Amino acid sequence: MTNPNPASGSPDKEPATEAQAAQVAAGGVDRAATATTPKPAPEPERPALGRLFLDNLWAANTVTVTVLAVLLAMLVGAVLIIVSDPDVLATYGYITARPSDALNASWTVVSEAYANLFKGAIFDPEASGFTAALSPISETLTYTAPLVFTGLSVALAFRGGLFNIGAQGQATIGVILAALAGFLLPLPPVLHLLVAVIAGAAGGALWGFIPGILKARTGAHEVINTIMLNYVALYFLSWIIIQSGVQNPNRADAISRPVDPSAQLPRLLGDNLRVHAGILLAVLATWFVAWLLNRSTFGFELRAVGANPNAARTAGISVPRTYVLMMAIAGLLAGLGGSQMVLGSTADALTPQVIAQIGFDGILVALLGRVKPWGVLLAALLFGALQAGGNRMQGYAGISLELVTVLQALIVIFIAAPALVKAIFQLRAARAARLQTSLAKGW
Amino acid sequence: MAVPDVAVAQVDEGFWTRTRKIGAVLLALGVVATVAFGALATDRQARFTLSETEGGAALEINGTIGAILFGVVAAAAGVALLAGVRKRWLTTLLGVGIVAFVLSFLCWQVSAAPEGRNFMPMVNMVRGTFILALPLIFGALAGVLCERSGVVNVAIEGQLLMGAFSGALFGSLSGSVWVGLVAAALGGAIISLLLAVFAIRYLVDQVVMGIVLNLLAVGVTGFLYERLMQTDAQTYNSAPRFSTWEIPLLSDIPVLGPALFRSNLFLYVGLLLVLVIHIGLFRTRWGLRTRAVGEHPTAADTLGVKVLRLRYRNVLLAGVVAGIGGASYTLALYSFTKNMIGGKGFIALAALIFGRWSPTGALLAALFFGFADQLGTYLGAIGSGIPSQFLAMLPYLATILAVAGLVGRVRAPAADGKPYIKG
Repeated sequence: MTNPNPASGSPDKEPATEAQAAQVAAGGVDRAATATTPKPAPEPERPALGRLFLDNLWAANTVTVTVLAVLLAMLVGAVLIIVSDPDVLATYGYITARPSDALNASWTVVSEAYANLFKGAIFDPEASGFTAALSPISETLTYTAPLVFTGLSVALAFRGGLFNIGAQGQATIGVILAALAGFLLPLPPVLHLLVAVIAGAAGGALWGFIPGILKARTGAHEVINTIMLNYVALYFLSWIIIQSGVQNPNRADAISRPVDPSAQLPRLLGDNLRVHAGILLAVLATWFVAWLLNRSTFGFELRAVGANPNAARTAGISVPRTYVLMMAIAGLLAGLGGSQMVLGSTADALTPQVIAQIGFDGILVALLGRVKPWGVLLAALLFGALQAGGNRMQGYAGISLELVTVLQALIVIFIAAPALVKAIFQLRAARAARLQTSLAKGW
Repeated sequence: MAVPDVAVAQVDEGFWTRTRKIGAVLLALGVVATVAFGALATDRQARFTLSETEGGAALEINGTIGAILFGVVAAAAGVALLAGVRKRWLTTLLGVGIVAFVLSFLCWQVSAAPEGRNFMPMVNMVRGTFILALPLIFGALAGVLCERSGVVNVAIEGQLLMGAFSGALFGSLSGSVWVGLVAAALGGAIISLLLAVFAIRYLVDQVVMGIVLNLLAVGVTGFLYERLMQTDAQTYNSAPRFSTWEIPLLSDIPVLGPALFRSNLFLYVGLLLVLVIHIGLFRTRWGLRTRAVGEHPTAADTLGVKVLRLRYRNVLLAGVVAGIGGASYTLALYSFTKNMIGGKGFIALAALIFGRWSPTGALLAALFFGFADQLGTYLGAIGSGIPSQFLAMLPYLATILAVAGLVGRVRAPAADGKPYIKG
């Protein structure tokens, strides 16, 4: 049985071209892929630099589409804010009589929300003092760090043609093992941290290995297995928290003992700011994944398998081995991200919600970052900023933090369908076909 | 499901056929049940009462004897499979073996419960199973409708949640259950519409879209819940509820009667939908076309089936079904809370896969998962040492085993998840 549509499995240009190249090499042409690729405009004579810039500015390239997607998402968010505010909504009852009332009220509530989002994420002009001025950035970076890891985890597997929905579960197992190592082992400071981080990574790797080996051995689809393993991990977490020796003896609710200070990541800017060394690890991990994908032999094999498994096998690459190793590394990354949730500054003990949504957010981050390592880092920064700003928006403007989830989901929806953004804004087709809709590959 | 590029499904040859492997596993389970459950069970009577309380008629068996007896039955079924019976007996014997294993387990648990609580009210168990399975049934049916026509539906969770939310909101605003029901159906359909447009029109990866739509639904409903329902629950979150409708005659059947036929609209609709979709899918022109579009859209198109239109229609229909499923929470049981579906959509997905993409299979899988859930509650109530978390894992682990081909290979519709591009 041959796959009629050996899709690139990636919403990104590079794997797509790899896919096309591989298919041409294998003697097949992917009709679907060419059908969705915007036709590159015929190359005109070299225009002036300024003209070129303006042309590209309003073309459907990655940056423009991303910015417009964020704007569109915030627009929809603004509508949600307005329709969910009964006072503002009341002014729309007499909009024909006095339109200024409705417009003013809407403007006030929306601008206050988004101003707080900005102040909480980047810079608060009213803040006085060193700590207060740096606080928003510190918060943003704190939320960014784990998202980088889960985003890289999803992106790496995506480049290899697998869809790792299990970052959530891998991060869960990671956080469990990191926390256990963090409060059960009596070790000296530096070593303790190292052991806890390694334990978290190993836990994640194990949880990534399982769907990898199942895929390689039996062909069981990784999407289904990773979804299921997410829940197995979640229930395991809720079970282990309440075991004696793990549960905090002073508490009746489901919370574990706190991680020893010797196993915690050091804070970078003093004790009053939450930013910790995790963000440095995140940059390091991004560099490592970029190297792994683009410079190493394994990365080449991984991309080849992702582009076209049949061609890769013909070329002598062991597809099952690549799948297993790839999923284990993806799990390891997610496990590292999870372990930061107790070793960093967000929490120091296990609770059922300890890793929040970082695994699922990682999927969005990977897609927003166009499944490229440095893109993932930038996307995680944006999501971290939204999260940090959302906290302030909730506290100061009384807008529920859930709005951030809506914004994040909407941004990715618009990113995933660049054709839609292109149609809304009447963008030109990009000169180089930078954007390509990711092709579905099914179960 | 089987990914041809990795491992070609091996044809079972030689002594260790799949039947024999399953037989060996069943034999091992039976032996464990006989020895371990038999030793742990007490000499007290394990009573399975045919009512909601301790009293009334009951099936009784001595705990130790029951645990050993049913363990032996499970082992015998395993031996029969090992001995190499005909393949058509596989399902029957496997079913007998698993049921016997569960009964052996129950004999141990019920007899070992604290004095005075050595009984299991069957009516409660059956009713609880169906109540807990109900959202799974609706969700899995929504999955069947989508995936049989070739659109992967990971957004079941979002559809259920949106249905629950809009059912609660518009039910409260209008004060009418029926308006709430229609609104719930439309709520589910909105998520479906987004899925359909992005998957069919813009060719976005359907799994990606499903995941994102789930988050969107969680975000939108959570946001509006905090803004509207939390501030003014009286106006926005006090939907009327469907009352219990007793079906005459049928409700007098022992155990099943009070459990199933003294229920609300949703249970009847859910069971009816299983039947309707089963007949529709396998006995009507629409069903034939749907299956054709899901298996080989190009061939269907050649024969004049409007592939995209049919997909749009089925995905929207799936949203309606899931939306009603969501309303089975807010218009019958509870008022809306944030993220109240809590992963049931993914268990529904598991039920869909475990039930091999068929309506009746999905029903059985949903009931199995519902039973596991209800059993967890029951064991918690009698103070059993079995952690409920591990019972809660059961559906997910069972699905992994099914997908990995250890319990029989499952296969998705061939064109599931692949966008169709005409031309």
